[in-house]
Amino acid sequence: MTHLQAIPLWLAVPIALLLIFGSVLTLLGTIGLIRLHSFYDRLHTPTLGTSWGVASIALSSMLLFSWLGGRIVVHEAVIAIFVMITTPVTLMMLGRAALHRDRAEKSPLLPDIARRTLGSEDHPQVSADVSPAGRAPNPDLRG
Amino acid sequence: MSAPLLIAAISLSQLLLALAGCFAGWRILRGPRAQDRVVALDTLYVTSMLLFLVTGMRTASSFFFEAAMVIGLLGFVATVALAKFLLRGEVIE
Repeated sequence: MTHLQAIPLWLAVPIALLLIFGSVLTLLGTIGLIRLHSFYDRLHTPTLGTSWGVASIALSSMLLFSWLGGRIVVHEAVIAIFVMITTPVTLMMLGRAALHRDRAEKSPLLPDIARRTLGSEDHPQVSADVSPAGRAPNPDLRG
Repeated sequence: MSAPLLIAAISLSQLLLALAGCFAGWRILRGPRAQDRVVALDTLYVTSMLLFLVTGMRTASSFFFEAAMVIGLLGFVATVALAKFLLRGEVIE
């Protein structure tokens, strides 16, 4: 561990705090993954780890390697930005897939409003024909 | 003075991340439906990627950083493919 001795104390303290902060947030997210009861609740919990968990660990790694290399190292920001961009995309796709499966099975977990719109996802023109007035442009806004 | 502090922090961080990976793996094994397992697998990808980053800080080598980047990319692609499979029943239409 010779490279860690080169870090001054005023830099080691924020590096250690960011590391522990990020890993505690990731652990809290996975505890929520176990404790919560519904799938739609559990879908939210990994975002603790993918937002500030990844950000603070990448930030502490950037601080460490910037001091060791004697220059600004921003490699880890690529990972952090990539994870922050892709996590909402994947979780939205998973939520839509779970909603589709629950609707296909007429699951009792769904509220009534989500069950009534069965078929609007597969046949979007049907729901457009049911309520044409709702889709018409508002005449007050056309100016 | 700063080396023991950093080693303690890195060890604690590795321990917490390994525990988080165990919890995600428990949800993969138990999770009642397929979408629960996919969410837990995505969480396991992110957790192991963070564990690789922290281990890379410990060894000061760029090998772990590149491995973490590959894990991040593959995790996104795998989760999108699995979500597409759950939605449509096939990956490529």
